[in-house]
Amino acid sequence: MTPAISPVVSNVSRRGFLGQIFSAGALVIAAPLVPKTKAAGTWQPSVYLGIEPDGTVKIVAHRSEMGTGCRTGLPMIVADELEADWARVQVIQALGDAKYGDQNTDGSCSVRNFYDKLRLAGATARTMLENAAASKWGVPAEECHGQNHFVVHAKTNRKLAYGELAALAATAKAPDASAIRLKNPDQFRYIGKDIPIVDLKPIVTGKAAFGIDARMPGMVYAAIERPPVMGATLKTCDDADAKQVKGVQQIVTLDLAKPPYGFKPLGGAAVIANNSWTALQGRKKLKVEWDLGEHAAYDSAAYKQAMLDTARQPGRVARETGNVDTEFAKGGKTMEASYYTPMLAHAAMEPLAAVAEFKDGKVVTWTCTQNPQAVQDTVARAVGIKKEDVTCHVTLLGGGFGRKSKPDYVAEAALLSKQVGKPVKIVWSREDDIHFDYFHSPAALYMKAAVDDKGHPTAWLQRSVFPPIAMQGNPNEQYGGFQLSMGWTDIPYPIPNLRVENGPAKAHVRIGWLRSVSNIYHAFGVQTFTDELEVAAGRDRVEYLLKLIGEPRVIDFSKEGMKGGRGDPKYPFDTARLRNVIEIAAQNSGWANKKAAPGRALGIAAHRSFLTYVAAVAEVEVHGGEIRIPRVDIAVDAGRVINPDRVKSQFEGAAVFGTSVALMGEITAKGGRIQQSNFDGYPVARMNEAPFETHVHIVTNDAAPAGVGEPGVPPIAPAICNAIFAATGKRIRELPIKGQLS
Amino acid sequence: MIQLTINGKPAHFDGDPDMPLLWYLRDELALTGTKFGCGEGLCGACTVHINGAAARSCLTPMRVAAGKRITTIEGLSAAGDHPLQKAWEACNVPQCGYCQSGQIMQAAAMLKSKPHPTDHDIDSNMQGNICRCGTYQRIRQAIKMAAGVEA
Repeated sequence: MTPAISPVVSNVSRRGFLGQIFSAGALVIAAPLVPKTKAAGTWQPSVYLGIEPDGTVKIVAHRSEMGTGCRTGLPMIVADELEADWARVQVIQALGDAKYGDQNTDGSCSVRNFYDKLRLAGATARTMLENAAASKWGVPAEECHGQNHFVVHAKTNRKLAYGELAALAATAKAPDASAIRLKNPDQFRYIGKDIPIVDLKPIVTGKAAFGIDARMPGMVYAAIERPPVMGATLKTCDDADAKQVKGVQQIVTLDLAKPPYGFKPLGGAAVIANNSWTALQGRKKLKVEWDLGEHAAYDSAAYKQAMLDTARQPGRVARETGNVDTEFAKGGKTMEASYYTPMLAHAAMEPLAAVAEFKDGKVVTWTCTQNPQAVQDTVARAVGIKKEDVTCHVTLLGGGFGRKSKPDYVAEAALLSKQVGKPVKIVWSREDDIHFDYFHSPAALYMKAAVDDKGHPTAWLQRSVFPPIAMQGNPNEQYGGFQLSMGWTDIPYPIPNLRVENGPAKAHVRIGWLRSVSNIYHAFGVQTFTDELEVAAGRDRVEYLLKLIGEPRVIDFSKEGMKGGRGDPKYPFDTARLRNVIEIAAQNSGWANKKAAPGRALGIAAHRSFLTYVAAVAEVEVHGGEIRIPRVDIAVDAGRVINPDRVKSQFEGAAVFGTSVALMGEITAKGGRIQQSNFDGYPVARMNEAPFETHVHIVTNDAAPAGVGEPGVPPIAPAICNAIFAATGKRIRELPIKGQLS
Repeated sequence: MIQLTINGKPAHFDGDPDMPLLWYLRDELALTGTKFGCGEGLCGACTVHINGAAARSCLTPMRVAAGKRITTIEGLSAAGDHPLQKAWEACNVPQCGYCQSGQIMQAAAMLKSKPHPTDHDIDSNMQGNICRCGTYQRIRQAIKMAAGVEA
């Protein structure tokens, strides 16, 4: 039974942490996870698991739990190969430490990047226990098999518990990876089975500990008045009234961040108080004047128009085959359209929070982070110490969606602790959370196609424009870079003349990644335009979509004009799998039988992202401007899945997240300031607005595991909008839909 | 001095009577099962029972909580075995779990007045509670399971 994370702790050193996990005499295995190379200084990622003399198996979850289930799923992989009894497994949350390998829990890659490594770690430990038993019994190791927490020798009907073997196993050298026998999939004990998350009971009883719940003895609470416009500088700060608030202890100023902004804390004036509420009350009383600087001219309406205009101008070519210009010039039928999607905020239910103590040149922090190693880096840089002197404890995360990869808030707590000489707890208000987000960028898309007499495209041009994430490192960067491979340059249609472009846009706020990132707008553009062509062709839309994807094939994008394109050979783009999920979603939704009626229809969209193939069919009912979504069917091919119920839940959730994107999500700026502050101005889907039921159909597949946290989101908004067109004849080319149907 | 009852035990507070109950529970009593989500009564994460009725603790000043019986998620049941808590586990409702205390407290109050809720009852009672992970479908399923209503 996994104990709840308990962040009510002080003075926890890394040594102390390890002492907590493993009692003396435990077998601690540092299984090498990649072949060792001889090169000096080579980084060797490893994961730790321990077996106690009493048989308790402790498995370290090194990535962050924000609702995807990876704190359960990753240990399941280890436990499976180890042949551990799940009831005797304790999951221990890792500190931030490079020894674990990448811990940045984003990009839907926790299982994908660690499946093989964790299997090897578990199997190595099992092999060592088998070897230990064999030597005790004096029998060949091949005759000994780990089985549900025991090593069994079937011939003589003997068995020894893992706990009894741990001490002996610990004396041997870990065998080379080549000597390790992994299970056949049909031997899996946990992988592919529904297992409840380890934090289920603590969550439903209110005992689960999130970053916002972390406490340190003697801590004080802080609220920071941050620059309201990116790059604004402090002119004056009158804190006389704030100091009068009972419970306010002091006001301190933090240096303002200078570009490039990266994950730097924004700085500002901080109110230190004896509880959260008092800190917020004190902050209200600060009289701060800012010099707003160059980004005060940022206005979302004008910016939107400028991006739409840019999207109509030639941009940088990111992929090209054939010649679209020649084909367009032939004078045949062409279609074109512009699309727009707005800026979005993450708005995880748990606002950003951290408690940190700076003491004797070291920092200890407890926080809700997706990225504990970035916490170490960012905090170390902010307070001027070494990364190794930052101890980052990871709590549960009340949602993350990409925002909690950027630890500016943790650095705030550490900096303040250094200044006031006590542990400092920082909790962002919802207003802080929305105003000072790393926003999902707004995007303009331009699409143009030439079609033959059957309505099939012979030329296809698509151009996207959005302020890029790369602004974090270079505030003047205006092109999409790596973001173009997210559902844009990897368009799977075999059209003889195809050009993919990207136009420039300068960022005036901090831009970040939000669940499924650029796939959101790229899928909206491609899948809506596809629907427009389908409608113009007068064909069944599922049939047309399948024809557009073409005969099953494995795409080599480098041979189809992608600039610098390199696929992952382990994860080729196999259009047969995309076709398959489309057929499954269509069939389960009743596509062939549910004919559109006035105000009620189905819409479809399909998209591959994070190496996972997804198709969604949304059913909508539109009455007098009101939209209901009675049903969504999502078919998913994510390769091998570890915990199917958690995969289902991710796609159920993605349908809701995508509904927020489609119906109501929009962040705007005026005078450089974000205009929304809370869930009134920035609504997200509520129970009565969410799809009433979402049916997730998981393709059973032995392919390498792919992502599941994000890929459900991109097809939802276009599927809903395509359904709205089928139901009403109204084409949605801009998100959110909000008010467009009345 | 403000006197009140928290999960059946007497409690007192001598700070600013305007401070919301939420922060008293969280910061002063370390009853952190009640969550902060918006501070404006817009998300429901801070839902507790005041004299048995669901209320947003972020909007309830201590002066209003004075003399009242407050129940938080920690006090909903002695062993974490309220029918809703059991149903929540059976349906594997939570993803990140952050909003679930508020969801369960809201649903528990609803079931007192609507022991056999319809879908419409569930929508209208639960729509003040946001779940950004999108677990609504399973919340509905778990409420029906706890209430013994056909799903």
